[in-house]
Amino acid sequence: MKNEGLIYRISGPVVTAIDMKAAMYDVVRVGTEGLMGEVIELHGDKAVIQVYEDTSGIRPGEIVVNTGETLSVSLGPGLLTQIYDGIQRPLPTLEKEMGVFLTRGVDADAFDLEKIWTFEPQVSVGDTVVGGQVVGHVQETDTIVHKIMAVPGMGGVVKSIESGDFNVTQTICTFEDGSDMQMMQKWPVRTPRPYQQKYPPVIPLVTGTRILDFLFPLAKGGAAGIPGPFGSGKTVTQQSLAKYSDAQLVVYIGCGERGNEMTEVLDEFPHLIDPNTGKPLMERTVMIANTSNMPVAAREASVYTGITIAEYYRDMGYDVALMADSTSRWAEAMREISSRLEEMPGEEGYPAYLSTRIAEFYERAGRVETLNGEDGSITVIGAVSPPGGDISEPVSQGTLRIVKVFWGLDAGLARQRHFPAINWLNSYSLYPQSLDQWFRDKIAQDFPEVRVELSGLLQIESELQEIVQLVGSDSLPADQQLTLEVARMIREYFLQQNAFHEVDAYCDIDLQYKMAKAILSFQEAAKNAMASGAQLNDVVNVPSRSDLMRGRLNKGYIDIIDDMVKTMCEEIAATVEEN
Amino acid sequence: MTGKEYRTITDVKGPLVFLNKTEPVAFGEIVSLRLSNGTIKNGQVLDTSDDMVIVQVFEGTAKIDREAGVTFMGDVFKLPVSEDLIGRILDGAGRPRDGGPDIVAEQYDDIIGAAINPYSRRSPHDFIQTGISAIDCCTSLVRGQKLPIFSASGLPHNDIALQIARQAKLTGSDEEFIVVFCAMGITAEEYNFFRADLERTGALEHAVLFVNLADDPAVERIITPRLALTAAEYLAFEKDKHVLVIYTDMTNYCDALRQIGAAREEVPGRRGYPGYMYTDLAMLYERAGLVKGKKGSITQFPILTMPGDDITHPIPDLSGYITEGQIVISRELHQQGIYPPINVLPSLSRLMGSCIGEKTTREDHKSVSDQMYAAYAQGRELRGLVAIVGEDALNERDKQLLEFSGVFEDKFLRQSRDEDRSIEETLDLCWTLMSAIDTKYLVRLDQKWIDKYHPDNRK
Repeated sequence: MKNEGLIYRISGPVVTAIDMKAAMYDVVRVGTEGLMGEVIELHGDKAVIQVYEDTSGIRPGEIVVNTGETLSVSLGPGLLTQIYDGIQRPLPTLEKEMGVFLTRGVDADAFDLEKIWTFEPQVSVGDTVVGGQVVGHVQETDTIVHKIMAVPGMGGVVKSIESGDFNVTQTICTFEDGSDMQMMQKWPVRTPRPYQQKYPPVIPLVTGTRILDFLFPLAKGGAAGIPGPFGSGKTVTQQSLAKYSDAQLVVYIGCGERGNEMTEVLDEFPHLIDPNTGKPLMERTVMIANTSNMPVAAREASVYTGITIAEYYRDMGYDVALMADSTSRWAEAMREISSRLEEMPGEEGYPAYLSTRIAEFYERAGRVETLNGEDGSITVIGAVSPPGGDISEPVSQGTLRIVKVFWGLDAGLARQRHFPAINWLNSYSLYPQSLDQWFRDKIAQDFPEVRVELSGLLQIESELQEIVQLVGSDSLPADQQLTLEVARMIREYFLQQNAFHEVDAYCDIDLQYKMAKAILSFQEAAKNAMASGAQLNDVVNVPSRSDLMRGRLNKGYIDIIDDMVKTMCEEIAATVEEN
Repeated sequence: MTGKEYRTITDVKGPLVFLNKTEPVAFGEIVSLRLSNGTIKNGQVLDTSDDMVIVQVFEGTAKIDREAGVTFMGDVFKLPVSEDLIGRILDGAGRPRDGGPDIVAEQYDDIIGAAINPYSRRSPHDFIQTGISAIDCCTSLVRGQKLPIFSASGLPHNDIALQIARQAKLTGSDEEFIVVFCAMGITAEEYNFFRADLERTGALEHAVLFVNLADDPAVERIITPRLALTAAEYLAFEKDKHVLVIYTDMTNYCDALRQIGAAREEVPGRRGYPGYMYTDLAMLYERAGLVKGKKGSITQFPILTMPGDDITHPIPDLSGYITEGQIVISRELHQQGIYPPINVLPSLSRLMGSCIGEKTTREDHKSVSDQMYAAYAQGRELRGLVAIVGEDALNERDKQLLEFSGVFEDKFLRQSRDEDRSIEETLDLCWTLMSAIDTKYLVRLDQKWIDKYHPDNRK
């Protein structure tokens, strides 16, 4: 057997080759146009290949060449600010080569191989370097220092290393054993990059979205699932996480979604400023766009391409956030390939290995000690698009079994224009226990207690609402009516947040705490006043309360909120005397 | 490019023909079948290998026997396109249906169409005025958008689609839309209705019709929308036209897809529809948009009827995940005699934010739209409550909102089939109707707009 074979059969994106030496996951070039594909099944002397480009017009008998490599991504300076398709071809380059429509058979380097970077060594001649160790760095963007690491598994005693200007393929370092290294390295996407050990997650990923940070926090290195029917705001939520979360780097995977949505991101991100660094968001972002009409096999690969890039930056010691929108489209790509392979299906036609693949993907998240001995993390946030919004389906269930944070989007809330439409009754986070110490130390000693109080009030509200549905709110006792009023304040003042408002879109975590306390202050002041004979109506309608609530839309709110709360409490206390 | 003729058919099953021992045949290649009675049928290769080729026959497999001659045409399916398409009526496979001559091709375009590079798209932001208040105010349409109508049997979605086709225009521009109309499995009666209407209004001169009727072969429906979109892409991106594609009924298209899937013995997904239906629909819907360096645009108006009025059925569900919003037609409103019976509450236009406001419609549009929506939503909710506790139990605010919900349907939604309201008229109407509600309850309206537009302040 040799490295070349012939096409035997073509069925959509699945091509079968015969007479070719092949191993699982080898990358092959299919047909006279050399379309990229990957071996996904071996069957006697036949190799089954999924092809990453459109296969129409290809004939049996055309040549297939096995490259002998596995599907890999190129890693090195120049990744940031790029926008790729599912197999790491830069879309701007493809536009230059093909025009506005994607044709096929074009190869493109993942980044500019000729660009000169100024390399600064961090090791000296005679030092022993192990795989994963940092040997030097270049300044990739204003905010990100790109550390050059030895490929895991390689290394040796440094024979020569120099500072200076290099492109990514020039040798920057040689070893005594004769091997050398360049700034660019390749890594197979389906193999997780190694690390020393996983740490428990103890630091929250602060997103600036109140309901997420306060009620259902996500840890750096954690994994979250956002399931929701169409129109409930999955993409908006993902995008505001990409914009405002305090990760140092963001990998955004648009997997099988709308073309116009990606265009929006591309138009918007270069003009948006990262609230944490004051630099354009694009400088910390790598984008992967494999829209719904692009080849389905490349969609399957896109999430692996994305997470491998994320792991590479994690290995430099960065906190990386990865958004995958939507993992359901990824699962559907697996289903489509699987059915072409005529595999025995599991639930709803999905392959039986669906939940394993989902689990393996999310397991690549985590806060780790890198091979270089630093802390780095990947936080994965996966959108799920369950058919009809029913999360009993396999992708949602496979996701919920593995992620520790569930942000459930709700069509009903979206219809009421309550955004973010995250249902506070069925969403959950399993991280508070490990994160509470951080919140106590950094924000406020009673932070966890405040959270419990708010969610308790919302829970009571939902019970009271059932009674109200039957008898009307007027028949409830005054204290319960007050509880409803407080819960309404939580919903309208705290949970609702306008992702498109210049001030409201991002809420500082300190301010979140102050706002939560303001609600509790209102509750207490109102209770006291009512105990002394004040009327609920008067207490609720003090003008300073609506000033307080509306104030959150103004800049500098954090500086005046304490005074506003004080004024409100005084006005409420004054309602006692009026009676 | 015709090659030799094979007589190696082994099996015929549903719309599929199986052959063995052929020359190497390309995936997606076009096939011509010659029956013993001389009839010619066309098909396309679905699966090809050294031993066997599977061909999907567009005209149905009736009368095909093992003696039929099969010729592979050496190329994938291409549509002859030129500006002569405008004003023509073609059948579901792209042949003239109006008795006219064949289309003289300026070029031949692959009907599958290539995906637009997401990096090469332009963001849509030109407001299209449809003259229908409910759409213009609450779910504004943008040039380059794909906005489906979710309807159901027995509802007037065709009237609405035609009214949009007739009235759609850019504000402050007299650029005309070219309408590409794609019928899939609709009845002859419905088709005649469309055609008569387009003729009556003279719109036919600016339209291209691709027509596959209910008694035409179901498999042909798979290519009909692709032909229509290929024509649309040619007109938009080669000839700088603004194209409005209306297709009806997507449900018939999906059923044809299911039929082929079943014949191929594929593993079915939900409700028997193939697992790749999302991708397949995306390859149609995503052919809407605007691209860099080209003046033209494609706006899509797919119509689909929800089986059993069920919005979670796979067809509306998968469509909703791809399209940029939806316009939902309500049976309840229709039965109340309201036309157009658009239920604005579940309707949505995802691109609305990019096309409304001072520069395109009017500065108060967003505010007004939010307030109309909120007031109507609350009013509708109160109807449920009133049924239990009676109207007397409502407070003043609730009484006004309840009243408003009725007025909203009667005065705002309701308009005649040829009533073309400008966006100014629509927004002024909103203000007039909202003025029945005490201003202090209109919390979503900015004070500055109240000062400027409220009827009390305008006098």
